[in-house]
Amino acid sequence: MEIVTQALAGDRRAIARLISLVEQGGDEARQALSHLYPHTGQAHIVGITGAPGTGKSTLVTEMAKVYRRQGLLVGIIGIDPTSPFSGGAILGDRIRMRELATDPHIFIRSMATRGSLGGLARATADAVHVLDAAGYPMILVETVGAGQSEVDIARTAHTTVVVQMPASGDEIQAIKAGILEIADIIVVNKADLPGADNAVTALQAMLDLNSTHTEWHHGQLRHVEGIVTGSAATPASWRPLVLKTCALRGEGIVELTAAIQAHWQYQCQSGLRQRREHERAADELRRILRHALLERLLHQISDQDLEGTVERIVAREQDPYSAAEALIAEARRAHFW
Amino acid sequence: MDKRIRVLIAKPGLDGHDRGAKVVARALRDAGMEVIYTGLRQTPEMIAEAALQEDVDVVGLSILSGAHMALVPRVMHLLKEYGLNDVAVFVGGIIPDEDVSALRELGVKGVYGPGTSLDDIVQAIRKEAAVPRTDYGNRHASIGRRPPGYRPID
Repeated sequence: MEIVTQALAGDRRAIARLISLVEQGGDEARQALSHLYPHTGQAHIVGITGAPGTGKSTLVTEMAKVYRRQGLLVGIIGIDPTSPFSGGAILGDRIRMRELATDPHIFIRSMATRGSLGGLARATADAVHVLDAAGYPMILVETVGAGQSEVDIARTAHTTVVVQMPASGDEIQAIKAGILEIADIIVVNKADLPGADNAVTALQAMLDLNSTHTEWHHGQLRHVEGIVTGSAATPASWRPLVLKTCALRGEGIVELTAAIQAHWQYQCQSGLRQRREHERAADELRRILRHALLERLLHQISDQDLEGTVERIVAREQDPYSAAEALIAEARRAHFW
Repeated sequence: MDKRIRVLIAKPGLDGHDRGAKVVARALRDAGMEVIYTGLRQTPEMIAEAALQEDVDVVGLSILSGAHMALVPRVMHLLKEYGLNDVAVFVGGIIPDEDVSALRELGVKGVYGPGTSLDDIVQAIRKEAAVPRTDYGNRHASIGRRPPGYRPID
């Protein structure tokens, strides 16, 4: 495919068109992705997630500036939510990235979630594949403003940075399940605000729960076993780093990129990278299968049948579970499998 | 298949009045379009780069400063240099009647002043976005190469 050849050669218009194509989906997109796939697997994919307003876009901008000083090409994907009512979206990540706007070595793409709920768009992984194959060694993926359970980024990125800010909740927030569990690096941004040190302390205390460590206690060093131990403990290998930044002033960014680099080296040396790569491929395959099977199944069932079934469910004549089984059985008779 | 109309809404030049741009952006969102909103004080280079990277169908420029006859030609010129001749450009804001035909001659598809119905804008954009785009790729847009023969403003 000509467009794939051009994108692989670094033609930015072809890259942009290719991302639109994979977002759109369909046969042509599948074909393009299968041509691209052998060229992927080169990039370090870094996810940046956190609540709305914590400074993710500003942080991404400052990180990109550091990578540019190191001479790297940088790909950035910024995701914002699609309206569940109109299907439209306002994509505003570029507003904070104006300093990067005319650098031809930085490729910024805004994506709308288009109904996907895990903090990414359905085609985010595919867009990452395009930039990866086109030779961008650093790819920064900024999720939608995430709450507590938008954790899909951990399956797409090699390194996940969770951005917090001071005074955003007590230490119980820090031990809840969800977004903090996926962090490889936790950033307390806006560290010039009061409460930044408290936030760092609370996060460190949370991390201490499941790792053995040494601490300074009443003037003495002492060895502390993790409080949650044995089979209940998360397999402690990489202890997430906690860093303070002030993105608006560009403070702490070099340290952050160094921590990201350290996590990458750790992954490569410990074999974690292969394990994650395997999990990622398995997850991607499952996602594609689910999507493809559903599409094929729905293709087999006429809109009329589907509407009729919905009406029967509404009238409580049939329950949705048996209805689904019946539709699958019918499609199977029509040689769907 | 899931094709959405993508629109870049940008404010070139130095005036700081972005309410009109925001109203239009919001209306396009409600019409089911994906709107890339870049904010204030965009240079023509920023606009052309964003249009390239975001692969938009339409660029909407909002100008209230009176500098439209300086800014719009530069944006149109850069879009051509980038090989984006197939991107439809609309202008909104305070544009005197006598400048409208000059802008249209530059290739601007529509000029909208105060009082325009949002529905008219939505319909015009849908019509332009339905025109098939030209083929992929262009020789000027490779990484590291700036379009020749153009000096940035600033």
